[in-house]
Amino acid sequence: MSAYDHVTAARANDRPTSVDYISRIFGDTFFELHGDRRFADDKAVIGGIAEINGKPVTVIGLEKGRNLKERMDRNFGSAHPEGYRKALRLMKQAEKFHRPVICFVDTSGAYCGIGAEERGQGQAIAENLMEMMTLRTPVLSIFIGEGGSGGALALAVADEVWMLENAIYSVISPEGCASILWKDPSKTAEASECLKLTAQDLFKLGVIERIIREPRDVESRIFDSLKNLIAETFEKKQAIPPERLIELRYNRFRKF
Amino acid sequence: MPEFFNFLKPKNELENQGGFPENHPYIPEELWIKCPVCKGVMLSSDLMDNHKVCPKCDYHFRIAARQRVDMTIDEDTFHEMDADMSSTNKIDFPDYEKKLKSAKLSSGENESVITGTGEICGEKTVIAVMNSQFMMGSMGTVTGEKITRAFEYATLHRLPVIIFTVSGGARMQEGILSLMQMAKTSGAVKLHSDAGLLYITVLTDPTTGGVTASFAMEGDIILSEPRALIGFAGPRVIEQTIRQKLPKDFQSAEFLLEKGFIDAVVQRKDMKTTLARLIRLHSSNDKEVSSDECL
Ligand SMILES: [Zn+2]
Repeated sequence: MSAYDHVTAARANDRPTSVDYISRIFGDTFFELHGDRRFADDKAVIGGIAEINGKPVTVIGLEKGRNLKERMDRNFGSAHPEGYRKALRLMKQAEKFHRPVICFVDTSGAYCGIGAEERGQGQAIAENLMEMMTLRTPVLSIFIGEGGSGGALALAVADEVWMLENAIYSVISPEGCASILWKDPSKTAEASECLKLTAQDLFKLGVIERIIREPRDVESRIFDSLKNLIAETFEKKQAIPPERLIELRYNRFRKF
Repeated sequence: MPEFFNFLKPKNELENQGGFPENHPYIPEELWIKCPVCKGVMLSSDLMDNHKVCPKCDYHFRIAARQRVDMTIDEDTFHEMDADMSSTNKIDFPDYEKKLKSAKLSSGENESVITGTGEICGEKTVIAVMNSQFMMGSMGTVTGEKITRAFEYATLHRLPVIIFTVSGGARMQEGILSLMQMAKTSGAVKLHSDAGLLYITVLTDPTTGGVTASFAMEGDIILSEPRALIGFAGPRVIEQTIRQKLPKDFQSAEFLLEKGFIDAVVQRKDMKTTLARLIRLHSSNDKEVSSDECL
């Protein structure tokens, strides 16, 4: 598979989205929480509390929507500042109640529009990066589809970052890269190679800890194995004193 | 003489030569600067005397990082850190070495940021100044590393940090490693902040992308130069996304002030004294009020 094949797969419309992962992993233990308490409820970010093996966990996901109506409703998974602020509110809440945080990342990027700028898109992302770095509870981020730049990173300053085999994570879209490099947005395939955006490449660069295989019958197997992996990981991370956890997280990013 | 020359008062021998570049080809053209905003033409020496601010329309010209250091830091107090660090092509991105080479040549610098320690009106501080002449101030691994080290040094020695930002954002040629600098620098800012230390950012034209979405917006106090363009997405990207023209002055410093995202817009000529005042207001030791002419 070429890098561009991964890009295509990561963006495929029939790919499971955050709500699929949430319902398959947490079932009806998931209780959704809304709003950033400052401006609005951004539907591009879904968040709440759930149980994993009987233990509470805060769940946050960037949600693209599964059909056209949902996609419009959820702004195709591109969050506004209030989405990032809602995520941070839920993370702070998780810290207060000593429960771990899991983030599902799937976005082409933070939204670029008038309202997003007026309400401080840059400031909202920056604040998440700062606050997540010293959050006194474990954070795990799983890239399930697209990981578009700062809009993805704002949910990925985590103790571990995992990627689905066909997910991508990049500083710029291949189209954007191609139009800057070759003034030709159609050279997406070449740009995809250059950017080193596949799970394999990112694993080699030390940007992620784990690649989650995508078997052909994705729906049936992936979720059960993920559930166990998540539960095991949280158990291990919760045994680490918060100061040490923060030190490890800092060093995880300090090495780049 | 066209009216835009009226404010010029040639100080030197140019006076006797008339002062029109087109009539006097032997006058080096660099002596004349055209303001990109009001189109007024002025002598570069006059522009320099005015802190590189157009005397007619107050346009703040972009200035090189070294010059900014000179304008801000007391004479002979600047000690540069990590001056020799320079980027390598870690992800084998096409033509990155070539890009770096030409950026080094055109800017005379090794990277898109200068860091160091110095004094501002006698107040010791760590300072980082970004450079638009080096790949448009983009954030490479070395940019992030120098800024992170500057914060770590400041945390260890209990010093404030001042950063002048100017940046087009992430550095595409370093791929994901550029993105990681946003997290790395933000972590260093957080530890400095948690240690109770002061961080002031000064946003200059333009500050966008990954720098806006990390350390530029993380200051305890955020200042800006007048009319600087500040945003997450660049105006062209937004126009393409929403398929409409942006209102005038959208993403200007004054716009951000109105929306509540910066603390003050400060004229370049007042920047040094403003920074000194703010640092003094946060210094813990009860120094005697100095009779420093600076303040
Ligand atoms: Zn002017």
